[in-house]
Amino acid sequence: MNDFPILSILIFLPIAGALLLALIPGQRVPTDRFFAWVPGDQQARAKWLALAVSAATLVISLVLFIDFDHGRPGFQYTDTFTWIDADDVGFTVRYAFGLDGLSAPLVLLTTFLTTVAVLISWRIDLRPKEYFAWLLVLETSVLGVFTALDLLVFFLFWELELIPMFLLISTWGHGDRRHYSAIKFVLYTVFGSAFMLVGFLILGATAGSFDMRDIRGADLAGAVLPLQAVFAFILIAFAVKLPVVPLHTWLPDAHTDAPTAVSVILAGVLLKMGGYGVLRLLFTLMPDVGADADLALAIIAAVSIVYGAIITIRQTDLKRLVAYSSVSHMGFVLLGVSALGVTGLSGAAMQLVTHGLITGLLFVVVGLVYDRTHTREIADMRGMAHYMPLLATATVFAGFASLGLPALAGFVAEITIFLGAFAQHEAPTAVALLGVLLAAGYMLYALQRTMFGPRDERWSHLPDIGAWWEAAPVLALVAAIVLLGVYPSIVMDLFEAAVAPIADGLALAADSAEAAVAGGA
Amino acid sequence: MNQPVAEGLVWLIFFLPVASFFLITLFLRGRPREAGLLTVGAIGVALVVSIYALVQVIGEGGHAVGFSTHALFSAGDLIVNVGARLDGLTAVMLVVVSGVSLLVQVYSLGYMHGDGGFARYYAFMSFFTAAMLGLILADNLLMLFVFWELVGAASYFLIGFWFHRPAAAAAAKKAFIVTRLGDLGLLAALILIWDRAGTLEIAAINTEVVELVGLGVLGQTMLTLFALGLVAGAIGKSAQFPLHIWLPDAMEGPTPVSALVHSATMVAAGVYLLARFFPVLDASQFASDFITWIGVVTAVGAALLAVAQTDIKRVLAYSTISQLAYMMFALGIGAYAAAVFHLMTHAFFKSLLFLGAGSASHATNTFDMTRMGGLRRVMPITYITFVIGALSLAGVIPLAGFWSKDEILIDAWKYNRAVFAFGLLAAGLTAFYMVRAIALTFHGDYKGGEEPAPGEHGADPAHPHEAPRVMTIPLCILAVLAVAAGWVTFGGEFQSWVLGALPEAHEAKFLWDTGVFIGSTLLAGVAAAAAIALYIRRSPDPARLRAHPAVAPLHRLLERKYYADVLAEDLLVRRVFYGGLAKAAHTFDVLVVDGVVNGAARGTFVVGWFGKFAQNGQAQTAAAALLAGGVVIFGAVVLLQ
Repeated sequence: MNDFPILSILIFLPIAGALLLALIPGQRVPTDRFFAWVPGDQQARAKWLALAVSAATLVISLVLFIDFDHGRPGFQYTDTFTWIDADDVGFTVRYAFGLDGLSAPLVLLTTFLTTVAVLISWRIDLRPKEYFAWLLVLETSVLGVFTALDLLVFFLFWELELIPMFLLISTWGHGDRRHYSAIKFVLYTVFGSAFMLVGFLILGATAGSFDMRDIRGADLAGAVLPLQAVFAFILIAFAVKLPVVPLHTWLPDAHTDAPTAVSVILAGVLLKMGGYGVLRLLFTLMPDVGADADLALAIIAAVSIVYGAIITIRQTDLKRLVAYSSVSHMGFVLLGVSALGVTGLSGAAMQLVTHGLITGLLFVVVGLVYDRTHTREIADMRGMAHYMPLLATATVFAGFASLGLPALAGFVAEITIFLGAFAQHEAPTAVALLGVLLAAGYMLYALQRTMFGPRDERWSHLPDIGAWWEAAPVLALVAAIVLLGVYPSIVMDLFEAAVAPIADGLALAADSAEAAVAGGA
Repeated sequence: MNQPVAEGLVWLIFFLPVASFFLITLFLRGRPREAGLLTVGAIGVALVVSIYALVQVIGEGGHAVGFSTHALFSAGDLIVNVGARLDGLTAVMLVVVSGVSLLVQVYSLGYMHGDGGFARYYAFMSFFTAAMLGLILADNLLMLFVFWELVGAASYFLIGFWFHRPAAAAAAKKAFIVTRLGDLGLLAALILIWDRAGTLEIAAINTEVVELVGLGVLGQTMLTLFALGLVAGAIGKSAQFPLHIWLPDAMEGPTPVSALVHSATMVAAGVYLLARFFPVLDASQFASDFITWIGVVTAVGAALLAVAQTDIKRVLAYSTISQLAYMMFALGIGAYAAAVFHLMTHAFFKSLLFLGAGSASHATNTFDMTRMGGLRRVMPITYITFVIGALSLAGVIPLAGFWSKDEILIDAWKYNRAVFAFGLLAAGLTAFYMVRAIALTFHGDYKGGEEPAPGEHGADPAHPHEAPRVMTIPLCILAVLAVAAGWVTFGGEFQSWVLGALPEAHEAKFLWDTGVFIGSTLLAGVAAAAAIALYIRRSPDPARLRAHPAVAPLHRLLERKYYADVLAEDLLVRRVFYGGLAKAAHTFDVLVVDGVVNGAARGTFVVGWFGKFAQNGQAQTAAAALLAGGVVIFGAVVLLQ
């Protein structure tokens, strides 16, 4: 079974589905012999096919998640062959994928949220074939990022994500500014990627291989630039993606103008690539630099958390409010990362998953509200709970999950991060605690204004959550958030085991740096 | 191991209301009657099991029954456990919480009858009761914090139960955010103790950690900071100055909610927290003094506010703040057993008073005492039970409130005369405002109540009548408890149960001091007589007294609640934070942070616009540029030489 390329199948299944979507004919034409048996119109065919493909990837990743051997360190289901062998000039590029405790939950999160995104797009009627095709291409690119073991393969998938994102925001987005937002998103990401590529090339050239497993053990002393610079270059790309203050202003624009499903994917998984990259690449490949950068990371994190939360409070657009809250919440990832120890790193990884689920749910419910009211202005809404009790319940649930209510997933990640980070950075962690209070402020403010208050006759005709394709994603997300909040071991054990070697590497680097200082003195 | 109580039985106390919450949410949303009965049944069984646990624990001398803890998850050094702790303190709390909750749920069957959200009400009541019981049972600080936050969320949903009222929605938000400010302290304490001492287990913190501080292994400052964090959490949850501002607003919730959550149980969680960690508090002189003075100031300050309220629920709310402050300063001066004792008696008589106020409003559709009056004739049961509750609260011998309050005052007398004086003053004010409340609500002439708000169901205020039996029976049971619950102190019985929960042995005895008894009774009597003269006999006329130039400014200050809400909400939150800091930060974000991004794009465009002329292929332009460049270089060379 080990030779069976299950990971490659998982990664490329969505893009194969996208190709198939491109092939199915739009209208029933007389010459349509091959597809005459397929029922329905273009929209129906496209969405059912997309659902089938995304559900299939979900099932495969779920099987992998369950089958994953907890006891075995390192990568499993690896899929490797040499792609570019240029030994004569001193480097190799490998087509290499693998799954470990860090990536397995993120892969499952990706396939889960993509299925949610397909369902929540059930009513798309503008060019549905293309829409669903791009959504599936997006899934392949994210899955590739989370499983790639070679820097150049990682980079390819990192860049591949831009194409579907640009088209999805600029074609299917809301508002007049959607082209601006799409271009801003792409340019900002490319700005970071340019630095990242330089960093990757230096690492690969120095180590003689772009395979992360080779680079990890390699001697990087001969790099053409100091490793600190390489680290900083790659960090820029991840910092844009997370995002951290002050590189965050693309996020609210992209979110506000993106269609609901794309917001779900963007907040749910794309941002996670930044946090994942820090753990998988920066801290694993360059632990010496990472162990020195911790204070800077902690300060950036504390600023992101508090500044992001304060800006969130001023938002008047519900979707923008949720978007800005992501800036604050992704700051927690960086705070956990800056702790360097197993506790903090596990918490950071956990926050990737919990924020993906919670913000995913928030964007789903905000999208459902927008579908009905066609406004996102908080000032225009009130008393939704009278007419849409189920949707309001889901919104309130998501809000409380987001502000870190215990027994829900977000709290587990936050408390673990706090406990891990305080040991290393007391002042930044203490400042970050304020984020918890501010989160209660903006979330409860938004809930009070939109869901509660007297009846508003303008909204009396609005239907509650009724259709299965609305109810199913909401219920699934709620269940996942409760499950991880009450029984976090399901993924925490995986993360704990996966980040332990990273933390060991960082501790070793810190020790040797200390010894060098002691020896010098 | 042969334990006096099976662990599974203890967990049953917690899981019964959990089950009722889930069953109602999933299956009984459209079946209000079944939802109510299920809640009553689940909590009733929980009460029976709690009483059994208490009896068994008393047999053990109140000492902790050793259950082992269970690992939930780990992340590196952090191992998060879930476990139940059962000792004299928890057992007493379990009985109080499940007992008051049961009576309130029964009462609600009548009070909430016909409300559109009946099933939702019982779902949240089950949720609250479960969270409160979980808080009490927690054997470690993290688990305690989890349930601490969950009772806060339950309180939010119950305050905002009538979410169509803007005031209710705003009060719910305010309550959650203000208490969360205090919770930050609790969270900080949790983080600090885990970082410095490496444990979150309550038993370990109370014994080993305190010992290590005594031996100098851990710093005294660390212990004080930890204790102050706990105190901050307690100040928020128990609505002590300056975080008291949320509790009066929380009266927007249904009255049974006020009786259960905002008087008897959740707000007492702050007191429970400090009692739970009493060895830590006791080991820090600074933290003890701090909570003592917060307590005495709050006790008197809130009692004064209660004097000037016209809304009966707000009188009771400020009274609750004042009584909780009594427990707080009792803990500060080391009177642990007396504080817990007062927590118990207060739970009974204060929930009785709230339910009585609810009964009065059930007949008149208002909580405004100036719209009531004369109800004693039509609502005799409510009247009698309310008076019993008030006498118990005012500390009249031999009612329950007397014994617990007197014990605190005796301890205060021995500890510090100033603390005693404040306590005595608060006791006098208590007698005054309660007699005033009784006079305005039940004596004099009926002022006609209020018509129900349009679209809401309510009674006919023209013909007020006694509440149905499902409401009066809980009143009667609570009245019996408000009389008799204090008698467990004779022979030091109650004290021995709760003192057994402490790691060190303490002597449990019944305190009596004739001087203190005479002093407090005399003062209460004088205050009551003054209130009777003012509000029943109406000579002197209270309205003219209010207008008197010596009284008017004070009355105005009290009416405006010391301007605390204005200061906190309008000035600090709205102007300084939202309108100042946050606005400035947002402007900075748009103009500077995003401005640089857009500026970079515009800059690129401008450079490109000029640059394109270099590439337009016109030979003349190129030659002109060449010539200009040559001249500039030539000129530069000549000038520099």
